[in-house]
Amino acid sequence: MSKKMPISVTVNGQTHDLLAEPRELLIYVLRERLDITGPHVGCETSHCGACTVLMDGKSVKACTVFAAQANGASITTVEGLGTPDSLHALQRSFREHHGLQCGYCTPGMITRAAKLLEENPTPTEAEVRFGMAGNLCRCTGYQNIVKSILAAADEMNAEQEVAE
Amino acid sequence: MIPTAFDYHRPTDLESVISLLETHGDEARVLAGGHSLIPMMKLRMADVGHLIDLQDVSGLQEVTVAGSQVTLGAMVTQHALIDHAELASVAPLIREAALEIADPQVRYMGTVGGNLANGDPGNDMPGIMQCLDASILLQGPEGERTVAARDYYEAAYMTERRDDEVLVSVRFEAPSGGHAYVKQKRKIGDYATAAAAVVLTRAGDAVGSASIAMTNLSDTPVWSEAAGRALIGSACDEAAVKAAVDAMLGDIEPYESNHGPVEFKRHAAASVLTRAIARAWERA
Repeated sequence: MSKKMPISVTVNGQTHDLLAEPRELLIYVLRERLDITGPHVGCETSHCGACTVLMDGKSVKACTVFAAQANGASITTVEGLGTPDSLHALQRSFREHHGLQCGYCTPGMITRAAKLLEENPTPTEAEVRFGMAGNLCRCTGYQNIVKSILAAADEMNAEQEVAE
Repeated sequence: MIPTAFDYHRPTDLESVISLLETHGDEARVLAGGHSLIPMMKLRMADVGHLIDLQDVSGLQEVTVAGSQVTLGAMVTQHALIDHAELASVAPLIREAALEIADPQVRYMGTVGGNLANGDPGNDMPGIMQCLDASILLQGPEGERTVAARDYYEAAYMTERRDDEVLVSVRFEAPSGGHAYVKQKRKIGDYATAAAAVVLTRAGDAVGSASIAMTNLSDTPVWSEAAGRALIGSACDEAAVKAAVDAMLGDIEPYESNHGPVEFKRHAAASVLTRAIARAWERA
C-alpha cells in the first residue's frame, strides 16, 4: 500500500476533498467514493467508453486516469448535463429516437456526444460516427444512437436561433 | 485491474523531473497522457515505483511553426495536433496520421511525446517521424541532445533515451510535395496490421525525392531507404511502385501476432504502401 494523498476534484460544480491512493482510478473515485454512478465500468481497458466523463473540457475514459492525475481537475458526468426534471437535449433525443436499449453505454454516449456537439454543432452523419468511435454499444444500436445525436444537434441549433 | 502501488510526483519544471529520474533510476517512469503506460500498469506488465506526471511541466505543450520548421512539444496531444490549423496546412501528414491513432477520447489524452518515447512497434508517430527525418530532443542531467528519429529505435521498447532523460520535443522540416499515411487496422482504436508513411516530390514528370517508412512490421519502425530510392527518377508508374514495394518487403521483418501470420502482414504491407504511394503522388 502506498500512502494516500489528498485529492480535490470538482464534479458537476461541487468540490470534493478526499484521501486516495494515487493508483486509484478516477472511475472508482467517482462511483464508489462520491456515489456518482452515471459513468459506468464496462471493459475497464479504455476501449468501450462507458466510463466517459469530461475532465477539464476533454472527453476522457475515467478507467484510464489515476485519481492523482485528476487532482485539481473539473469533471462533468452525465449527472451534470441534465436533471430528471430538465433533461439535456441529448437525453430527450435519446429517449425520443430510441437511442438506447439496455442503457449501459448511454451515459458515456451522451457525455461524449455533448462534447462532440460543443466542438462541432452541425456534424454530418459521418462526423458523428467518427466522433463517437470511442464508445461501444453491445446492443449494437448504433443507427438510433447516431439518429439521436443528429436530432439533438438540430434541436440545440434551433434553440440557439430562438435565443438569438 | 489496479496497478501495484507507486509514489506519485507532479513537478512543474524539467529540472525537477530530471532530478527525480536521477534519484529513482529505472524505478521511475514519466507519465504523459498515460494511454499506453496506464493499461500496462493495470495489467501489471509495467511495474513503476515512482510515477512522474508531466501535466504541469511548463514548456512541453507548444506547437511551433516557424516557416517550414515545425517543433512539437512532447505533451501536445493527438487531439491538439488534429485541431491545429497552421500545422495541418504546413504538414498535413501529421493530421492524417493523428486521425488514425486510437479513438477520440484517447486522442484527448495521448501525446506525440508518449507515442514516440513508448517504443511499441505499433505506435504510429515513430514511423511518421522517420519518414520526415525528424530530430528527437532529449533532456538529461548533462543538458540537451538530439537524436535522429531514424536512429532512435533499437528494439521493441528499447530506444536511445537513457533512464535519466526525458523526451521533450520533436522537430522536423515540413516536406513539400505529396504525402500519405495509409493504415490497415482491424477496428478503430487498434494498432496497425500494417501502415505506410510516404512523402515525395515531383520534378517535372518524375519523382524528385521520396521517403518511405513502415509501422508495426518489425520490432522497430522501418525507414526503407531502398524503397524511396526505387521511386526517385521514375514516373511513379506501376513498375516503379512494384520495385519500391519489393524493396520495402526486403527491409521489414514482421512476426506472427494476433494481427495475423507473417505472409498476411507482408501482403498488407505491400497493399498499404501501394495505396500510400498513389495517394502521395496524386497530391504531389
